[in-house]
Amino acid sequence: MKMNINFKNRVACVGAGMTLFRRRLQETPDELMWLAAKTALDEAGLTIRDIDCIVFGTAPDNFDGIHMQSEALADGGGAINKPYTRVFVGGGTGVFSAIAGWWHVASGLCKRVLVIAEEKMSHVQPHPQYLFHHIFDPVTEKPLGVNLIWIFALEMHRYMYKYNISKEDIAKVSVKNKRNALDHPAAQLGAEITVEDVLNSEVLVWPVQKLDISPVSDGAVAIVYTDEEGAKQLTDEPIWIEGVGWSLDTMYWTNRDLAFPTYLYYAGKMAYKMAGIHNPRKEIDFAEVYDPFDYKELHHMEGLQLARKGEAPILTREGVTERDGDLPINPSGGLLGVGNPIAAAGLMKVAEVFWQLRGEAGRRQVKKDVVTGLAQAWGDLMQVGTVIIMRR
Amino acid sequence: MKPNNPMGNPYRMSDIEEGRLSYTEDYFEVWYRWSLGKYLGKYLEGLKNGVILGRRCRVCGRIYVPPREVCQYCFRETDDWIDVGDVGRVNTAVVSYIQADRTRIDKPLIIAVIELEGASEGMGILHRLGDVDPEDVISRRIFGKKVKAVWKPPEERTGSINDILYFKLVEEV
Ligand SMILES: [Zn+2]
Repeated sequence: MKMNINFKNRVACVGAGMTLFRRRLQETPDELMWLAAKTALDEAGLTIRDIDCIVFGTAPDNFDGIHMQSEALADGGGAINKPYTRVFVGGGTGVFSAIAGWWHVASGLCKRVLVIAEEKMSHVQPHPQYLFHHIFDPVTEKPLGVNLIWIFALEMHRYMYKYNISKEDIAKVSVKNKRNALDHPAAQLGAEITVEDVLNSEVLVWPVQKLDISPVSDGAVAIVYTDEEGAKQLTDEPIWIEGVGWSLDTMYWTNRDLAFPTYLYYAGKMAYKMAGIHNPRKEIDFAEVYDPFDYKELHHMEGLQLARKGEAPILTREGVTERDGDLPINPSGGLLGVGNPIAAAGLMKVAEVFWQLRGEAGRRQVKKDVVTGLAQAWGDLMQVGTVIIMRR
Repeated sequence: MKPNNPMGNPYRMSDIEEGRLSYTEDYFEVWYRWSLGKYLGKYLEGLKNGVILGRRCRVCGRIYVPPREVCQYCFRETDDWIDVGDVGRVNTAVVSYIQADRTRIDKPLIIAVIELEGASEGMGILHRLGDVDPEDVISRRIFGKKVKAVWKPPEERTGSINDILYFKLVEEV
C-alpha cells in the first residue's frame, strides 16, 4: 500500500445503520441520532460499552437554532463521559465525519469508533433555504440578496457553456438517481420520472429547475469502525478504509474555475495516492459522488478523474453510470433520490459503499462484481471536497 | 436488503395546522457590526468613489478582486492597489425567479459573475446585469460579452457593493 501520510492501524468498517430520510420527521435530532447509532451498533454486533469514542457530523448550527449543536445532542449519540468530537465542513461534513472517525483508529488512539451524522432541516420556517443566505460574505455578496441556488446555477451554466452540455443530458442524472432510490428502504423521493418531467418542472434560477435539486430532509446515519484485530473478531467481511482525502478552495468562489471542481481534484489525488490507485477510471468499481444537484454528479465525476473533462454527460447518456453499467454512480439513489439531510446524506453514501461491497444492497446491488468503491461529498461555500475509498 | 429497518415517523404541515402534533416556536434576531479591516474597507471606500479596486501580488503578478491581504498562491502579503476599471466580461449568468427566502419574484433578476478587465483572468465578482433580455442568458449568447458598471449618483453612494446598480451590456449580443 502506498500513501503520502503515515498511520499506525488499518481501519475496518463493520456496521452501518440509518433512519428514514423524510421532509419532516417527528423525532428530535438526538432521537434521530439514537435510532441511527443503535441500528449501526446492532449490525456490528457491538454495544456502546465497546465504543472508545464518538465522532459527530452536522451542518450549520442554525438548523436546530441551538448554537452548540454537538453538545446538545451528545446523549443521543452515546457520547456521555467519552471522548466526543464534532467536525464541520458544510455539505462535505458527512464524508468528513467518516474521515475523522478513521484517523481516531488509524492513529492508534482508539480501537472502536462510532461515527454519526445527523441533520434536521425541517425546524426552519418558512423554508430552510433562507439559512444559506448567511453563509455568504457579508461585505461583497450578502447585500446583493444572494440565494444559495444562484451560485449553483452560475456554476452549472458555466459548465454547460464550457463543454456545450445540454439540459437533457444533465436531467438524465436526476431520472437515474430517483429511479435507483425506488429500491432504497429509507428513500424520500424514489420515483419513475422522465427527462421531460425535469425539463417541465418549476424554473427556480435558470438553468436550475425544481427536479434538478435534491429535497430538504431530516435524517441520521451511523457507521462503526474497528482496528484490524477487532474487525477479525467481529466479522468475516470487514470493509477496509483504504484512502481518505480532503481539500479546500478559496471562499472567493467567483475567482475560481467554475467549470471544474479543483477542490475535489486535489482531495481525490490524496485519497488515490494513499490507496495506491493510479487509474481511477479503471480501478474504482463504483462511486457514490455528491449529487445535491444533477449537474454536480457530472462535475464531481470529472473532478475525481472518473471521466475526462466534459465527458461525464456522455457516459451518463450511454448508460455507463447505471447500476448495470461499467461504472455505476450513485446506486443508492443519491441525494436526489434518497434525500439530502446534509451531513447525514454524505454518511449515507459511505454506508452505501459499505453495503455494496458486502453484497448486501439487495435490489440495489450493482451488477458487476465490486471490490473498490468511493464516496465523496462537497460543501462549505462550494469549496471543499471530501473523499473516502473502501475495499473488501 | 440493507439498510435494516430504517426508522422514523414522518409528519405533514397539516398535522401541525390541524392540531394533531405538538410543537413549540421561537425566533431570534442577532445584530452584527463587521469591521472591515484594511482591504475590504478600502474596497468599499473605492466603490463610494466610483472605483473598483484590486490588489496585486508582485511575485506572481496576480491581481485579486475583491482585494485581500494574502496571495493564496505565494502565501505572502499582496503589494499594490490597482484600479481594475468598471468594464468586464460575462463569465457566467443566470435568470433568478426567486429571492433569498425562495419566494417567487415577478420580474426575474439576471445575476452574473463578471471578470473585470483590469484584474487577472478568472477573477470575477458577483453582481446583477440590467437591461438584458433573459433569452440572451438562457441561450448563453451573453457569455463572454462586454459589460460596464452603472453607478448610483455619487450623493447616494454609501460604500457598498450596491453602489453599483448593475452592469449593462456595451456590445451587441
Ligand atoms: Zn502571488
